Amino acid sequence: MVLSPTDIKFKLERILPTVQKPARYIGGELNQIVKNWDSIETRVALVFPDIYDIAMSNLGLAILYELINDRPDALAERVYTPWIDMESAMRSAGIPLYSLESKQPLSAFDIVGFTLPYETLFTNTLNALDLAGIPLLSAERHETDPLVIAGGHATFNPEPMYSFMDAFVIGEGEQVIQEIIDAYQMWKRSSLSRQHLLIGLSSLPGVYVPSLYHAYYKPDGTVDHIEKLVGQANFPVLKRIVPHLPPPPTRFIVPNIETVHNRVPIEIMRGCTRGCRFCHAGMVSRPVRERSVSEIIQAIDVALKHTGFEEIGLLSLSSSDYTHISELIQAITDKYHGQHLGISLPSLRIASFSVDLMDLLKDSRHGGFTLAPEAATEHMRNIINKPLSNEQLLETACQIYSRGWTTIKLYFMIGHPAETLEDVKAIADLCKAVLSEGHKAIGHRAKLNVGVSTFIPKPHTPFQWVSCDSVEQIQSKQTLLKHELRHRDIKLTWTNPEVTLLEAWLSRGDRHMADVVYKAWKNGARFDAWQDQFNFDAWMAAFDATHLDPSFYTHRTRSLDEVFPWDHISTGVRKKFLLKDFQLSQEFQTRMDCRLNCFACGILPTFAGLRRENPGDSWSCPDVKSPPKVKVAEVS
Amino acid sequence: MRIRLTFSKKGAMQYVGHLDLHRSWERIFRRSGLPLAYSQGFHPQPRLNLACALPLGFTSQCEILDAWLEQDLPIDQIQEPVSSALPPGLEVHSLEIIDLHATALQTQVTSAVYLITFLDEIPDLDDRVQRIISADHLPRLRRNKPYDLRSLIEGISLLAQNESGKCGISVQLAAREAATGRPEELLDELGIKFEATHVHREKLILASSWLSN
Repeated sequence: MVLSPTDIKFKLERILPTVQKPARYIGGELNQIVKNWDSIETRVALVFPDIYDIAMSNLGLAILYELINDRPDALAERVYTPWIDMESAMRSAGIPLYSLESKQPLSAFDIVGFTLPYETLFTNTLNALDLAGIPLLSAERHETDPLVIAGGHATFNPEPMYSFMDAFVIGEGEQVIQEIIDAYQMWKRSSLSRQHLLIGLSSLPGVYVPSLYHAYYKPDGTVDHIEKLVGQANFPVLKRIVPHLPPPPTRFIVPNIETVHNRVPIEIMRGCTRGCRFCHAGMVSRPVRERSVSEIIQAIDVALKHTGFEEIGLLSLSSSDYTHISELIQAITDKYHGQHLGISLPSLRIASFSVDLMDLLKDSRHGGFTLAPEAATEHMRNIINKPLSNEQLLETACQIYSRGWTTIKLYFMIGHPAETLEDVKAIADLCKAVLSEGHKAIGHRAKLNVGVSTFIPKPHTPFQWVSCDSVEQIQSKQTLLKHELRHRDIKLTWTNPEVTLLEAWLSRGDRHMADVVYKAWKNGARFDAWQDQFNFDAWMAAFDATHLDPSFYTHRTRSLDEVFPWDHISTGVRKKFLLKDFQLSQEFQTRMDCRLNCFACGILPTFAGLRRENPGDSWSCPDVKSPPKVKVAEVS
Repeated sequence: MRIRLTFSKKGAMQYVGHLDLHRSWERIFRRSGLPLAYSQGFHPQPRLNLACALPLGFTSQCEILDAWLEQDLPIDQIQEPVSSALPPGLEVHSLEIIDLHATALQTQVTSAVYLITFLDEIPDLDDRVQRIISADHLPRLRRNKPYDLRSLIEGISLLAQNESGKCGISVQLAAREAATGRPEELLDELGIKFEATHVHREKLILASSWLSN
C-alpha cells in the first residue's frame, strides 16, 4: 500500500523538525513547476541520487525539467535522496521516497529518470529505488512499475548498472527524452506487455536496453563479445548529440537554503578540442559546439530576472577556447557594471590571456584563481597530452599574484603507471616555485592551495588500456608530497586511495560488477562520494562474496585487441583513434588542439549528416567535404 | 531611502533559517529590479536589516525588514515589484518609508509574542503552565552560562482549542539584545518536546511603537 501525498505531508510534519536542514525535503521554491497530477498524461521523475544541496546545481536535470514541463502532455518533478538522518526517519515512519513538487511517491511516476554523472552515485541509486519501493532489478518490474532509465556521463559504461536499469540514455538528452516520452505514451495506450515497451525503446537512437543484449566472457574473464538478442536493437549504441545547442534553460528553481554553486549556470560551449588523454568528458562530449554571444547574454538577462541570483557561472570544459570569450566577458561586465553580480569563469588555460580575462571580472578577485597543470615534468605532460612549460605557469602565477589575487589553486594528478617519483617530486618543486612568485609579489599574503587527485583510467579514452598504480604506490607518492609541501602558506588536499580504487573498479567494470554494486549496497554502502560515509569494507566484502578479484579491473594491463565491456557503446570517437593516441602517449608524443588540425577521431564520419546540416562555425570540426551519397537514378 | 516591510513567513519558507532568509530578501530585491543599496568596501553587502532572528521551523505573521534603496521612489512604485518577486511562503503586509536616521531596527525590538500549538494532547498542561507562572526563578544554563528564564517571560496564557482540536499557549518573551527568551527553552521547562509543537510568532513589540497584525 503506497502512501498518498496527503499522508506523506502529514507524516513529514512530525519528522522534519528532527532532521538536519529540513528545507531539503519540502520543495515549494520559487520557479518550481507543479502541474495537475491527475490531468497530465505522462509523469516523469528526474532523480539526482544525492542530497538536495548537491543535486540542485545539476544543469542536466534543469535542462530536462524545463523541456519536459514545456510539453502540455507531460510533467517533470524532482526527486533527490535524503541524507542519512532523514532516510532513517522516513523508513521508521513508512514514508516512501517522494517528489518535492507534489509529494507523490516515486513509484507513482510513469518514468523515473536517474542522472549518473559519476560512478560513486551507484549505491545511492539502488538505495533510492529501495526507498521508493520499486523493484531494483529491471527483470522484476511489471507493467505497473515505472519505466526506470538513466543518463549522464557514467552511463557511457553502463554495464555495472545493467541489471537495474530498463534503459540507458547515451549522450545528450534534449531530443531523445522527447522520443522516449512519445514511445512510452504509444505503448501505454496500446496495453501491450512491458517487454514490448523495452523492445520499442531499444531501437531509438541513443537508447541502450541492457536486457536485450548478452555479454559472453572468455575463460580469462575478459569479454568475448556482446550480442544483441533482438534484431531491431541498436548495435553499436551511438550517443545522441544535438546538432546545435538549443536555447538554454533560464527559469531556474531558486533554493531557499544554501546549496553548492548557488548561481545561474550558463553553458557557453559543449565539447573540447584539447585532447587531454586522461579526460573522459573531453572524449565523450565531442564535437565542440559553441553558443553565440548574443544568446548567452540574452539568457543571462532572462535568468537573472527570473531568479535574482547574485552570481553567474560560465561553464564549459575549456572556457579560454570559446572563440568569443573576450567579447563575451567584456559584454557581461559592461552590462552588469555596478550591479554586484559575481561572475565565475572556471576551466581557464594557463596563459596570461586568462589573467586578462579574469581581470575584467572585478568582483572575483577575492576568490582564488584556479589552474590545472596536472603534471610538472615534460615527461608526464607529453604522456597525458597537456603541454605546458614551467615558465608559462610561473609567469601566469606572477601576474595573478601581482594583479590582486592572494590565493592560487593548482590541480595536479598523480598515479599514472608511467609516472616516477621524480615526476612527483617535480610537482612539489613547481608548487614551491609558484608560491615563491607569490612571495615576491605580495609577501606572505600569498597562499597556495594544491589539490592532488589520483589518476583513474576511464573508458572511451586513450588510457582505457592502462593499469592503475597500486595503493602502496599512490600512498608513497602522497607521502612524498605531504612531506615536501609542508608550509604555512600551502594547503594540500588529496584523494583517499580507497575511494580512487572504488571509482577505478566501477569506471571499467563489466556486468559482473553489478553484482558487486548490489552486494555493497546490501552491506550498507551509500553516499560513496562522501568522505565520512565511504565504506570500503562494504565493497571488499561484496567482492569477496561474488568471488571476483578487484585487481582484475584495475591492476591489469590490457592487451591491445581486448574487447572492452563498453565497446558496444559508441561516443563517435573510434577505438582505433584512441589506440593510436595511446601509442603516441607511450612514445611521449603530443597532439595539438584539434581545432587547429583535425586528427580524424571519428566524429565527422559518424555524424556527417548532422554536420552537413549545420556547417561552418557552429561546430569546431572541419566541414564535411564529400557530398551526401546520391542514388544513381537521381542523377540526370 | 529607507523602507520598512512587515511580512509573514510560512509554508515553504517555514524551514528557512535567518541567514538564508536574509539572502532570500536580497534576491527578492534583485528580481524586483529596485535599486537596492549595498555597503561600501571589499565585500559589498546588501543593506537589509531583519528585526529579530526567527529560529528555523517557526512560522510568523509579523516579521520586519528594513531595506535601503539607492534612489527615492514613491511607495506605489515599490509595492508591486516587491510583491511580484516574492517566493512562495513570504507575504508582505505593509510597506512604509522610514526616516533614514531612525535607530537600528534590531535595537528597537523589546519583546515577541509566540503562539505555540501542541501536536499531541497534554492532559496536565494547565498545571505545567501554572508551575511556570508561580515560580519566582527558573534557573537554566545556556551555553554553560547561567540565566533566569522566568525573568524573560513577560506573559503566558492558555489558548482555547483551535479548529483541529489542538491545545496551545500564548507567551510573550523578552527579545532584547542582552535578554532573549527562547520558546524552545520554555518548552523544555514545560517538559514538552519541540518536535511535537508548532511555534508561530504573532507579534513583535518595538520600543517606539506597537506593531502587530
